[in-house]
Amino acid sequence: MLFDDFNPLKGEILKILDEKGKVVNDKLLPKIPKATLLKMYKTMVLGRVADEKALQFQRQGRMLTYAPNIGQEAAQVGPMAALKDEDWLVLAFREFNAMLYKGVTLEQAFLYWYGNEMGSHYDDNVKVLPINVPIGSQINHAAGIAYASKIQKKDEVAIVFIGDGGTSHGEFHEGVNFSATYDLPVIIVIQNNQYAISTPRHKVIKSKTLAQKAIAYDIPGIQVDGNDPLAMYVAVEAARERAVKGEGPTIIEAVTYRIGPHTTSDNPKLYREDSEVEEWKKKDPIIRFKQYLIDNKMWSDKEDEKLHKDHKKFVLDTFKGVENSGEVPLEDIFKYTYEKMTPNLEEQMEYYKNVSKKVGEQ
Amino acid sequence: MANKTILQAINEALDQSMEKDKSVVVYGEDVGYEGGVFRTTAGLQKKYGEERVFDTPIAEAAIVGSAVGMAINGMKPVVEMQFSGFSLPAYNQIVTHVARFRNRSRGKYHLPMVVRMPYGGGVKALEHHSESLETLYAHIPGLKLVIPSTPYDAKGLMIAAINDPDPVIFMEPKRIYRAFKQEVPDEIYEVPIGKAKVVKPGKDITIIAWGALVREVQKAVKMTDDIDAEIIDLRTISPIDQDTIVNSVKKTGRVLIVHEAVKSFGPAAELISIINEKAFVYLEAAPKRLTGFDVTIPLPKGENHFIITPEQIAYEIKQIMAFKA
Repeated sequence: MLFDDFNPLKGEILKILDEKGKVVNDKLLPKIPKATLLKMYKTMVLGRVADEKALQFQRQGRMLTYAPNIGQEAAQVGPMAALKDEDWLVLAFREFNAMLYKGVTLEQAFLYWYGNEMGSHYDDNVKVLPINVPIGSQINHAAGIAYASKIQKKDEVAIVFIGDGGTSHGEFHEGVNFSATYDLPVIIVIQNNQYAISTPRHKVIKSKTLAQKAIAYDIPGIQVDGNDPLAMYVAVEAARERAVKGEGPTIIEAVTYRIGPHTTSDNPKLYREDSEVEEWKKKDPIIRFKQYLIDNKMWSDKEDEKLHKDHKKFVLDTFKGVENSGEVPLEDIFKYTYEKMTPNLEEQMEYYKNVSKKVGEQ
Repeated sequence: MANKTILQAINEALDQSMEKDKSVVVYGEDVGYEGGVFRTTAGLQKKYGEERVFDTPIAEAAIVGSAVGMAINGMKPVVEMQFSGFSLPAYNQIVTHVARFRNRSRGKYHLPMVVRMPYGGGVKALEHHSESLETLYAHIPGLKLVIPSTPYDAKGLMIAAINDPDPVIFMEPKRIYRAFKQEVPDEIYEVPIGKAKVVKPGKDITIIAWGALVREVQKAVKMTDDIDAEIIDLRTISPIDQDTIVNSVKKTGRVLIVHEAVKSFGPAAELISIINEKAFVYLEAAPKRLTGFDVTIPLPKGENHFIITPEQIAYEIKQIMAFKA
């Protein structure tokens, strides 16, 4: 089995594409249809373009706080490509590319960061949970979803993302233990991007790897080159197979790097060297994936140029729409608290309607 | 129809809900094989199997957090916090997720789930086994908080809580789990959430209580039989039934609120505010609250100072009746 071949205690890390897009592990090269490979690549480029634009918009005062994903596209898209439509995606908050791949629209994703809850009202058939801000708490949601899948005999799994920082949280332990105890169909992807805001992971976590934490729960744990979309695909595909067979959860540590800031409120120059960032830029997941596709005659520079141009236009047009989406109606801040508004809430809303009118007339 | 305790009534509500609706699952610490430390869930695992009724790790955040996921994926989880004092590791899940999923997703997801927790003092328990934490839950938008005081209400409210499309915190007055029996219908029925009950109509003074304190109020009222007191069992702490309270106070002009939760920022403060806002001109005496002190609830050897007695309630009733502006 794949997981037996990569011992996280020995620093064995799954890689398929090197930094130049050359295949370094032919034996594990997954057979992915061309259409899927292109969907993966196009999603990663859309994510990258959208991130870069969002950062610009934020600097121009047109966007609120934003958490970019630059550098982590493969760690997000590789896993999603290995899953099925019926599977669930449980988010932390830096999984923009995974969301796009799974059917969250760019408009919704932007609307959320623009400060509107409707950005988390995904389309009916999109099995994605809203962005989860309290660190680590989403693992247990995935565990519960998976328990429900199991008891209802649904052939589906829940993939849950968490950061390296999130693994320090008590709920990480509770969630992995719960999932492992009942052999739940859960796939845990740790995006180890090396920093919890400003704190480097080695300063706050003694473990040599995050994947090795799996050993304590008697489940597989594997370190994967998180900037390699094919390696991430292979790991998640194998984890899914285990999950649907009733063999329980798997921990996949995606070793990657956050090229950008934690959020737009953060200045990473205060806590890390430019040289470190430059080193990681050479490992860019998009560069290597593009080269792989070109080498295999599935893609060309010309198509790439057009894709970037189209995505840029799409992002700009979408964001314009988001900018024109206006304020949230007053009713909306009340009416989703319960299925039916309580008399108390109705009273408070009516009070505000009357008073705001009178205050306006003063 | 048979006589049942609160404990039996809750067990029956869970049993019948599980029988009727395959999506109901019941779990928590020691809930499965043993049937709970109070035996509230006794017999359920045997009847419905280990998948639907199960023992969990001692991990309250996982119990409640997994219930969120279950509710999203088509189940109706009823989970137990062994004591309300131990619900706090799950408080993050309850406040940041349980209460918010409907609003956060603008209605894409909602959580039909119940978090049960025995609560309250007077059982000579260890530390953390006697708290009354109503305020912690009633203060949070998106949650409902229900507390029964009788077997009939316990069954009907539990069934209503399970059928409710929104999350319900269900506090169980453990002091009276087995204190008395009442005729409880054998069939499935609901007692509506959000409605207080006038236990005894009266014209002189309104007394509001819930949980184990309702019986203490009833005893006190018997001691003061020259006073025609109206007793209201609030039953749902949130959303609060303003109309029943305000209408009663408009009629009586006097009010006493009795709760075991500590005084400052407690439920009585909210109730008195509502009364002041909506029935101020009807008041004939300053509203009064008889509550737990603002201290950590004492261990058994000091608990007698803290637990509210019928005699104390009777004394306060007389004081309020004697009030002259």
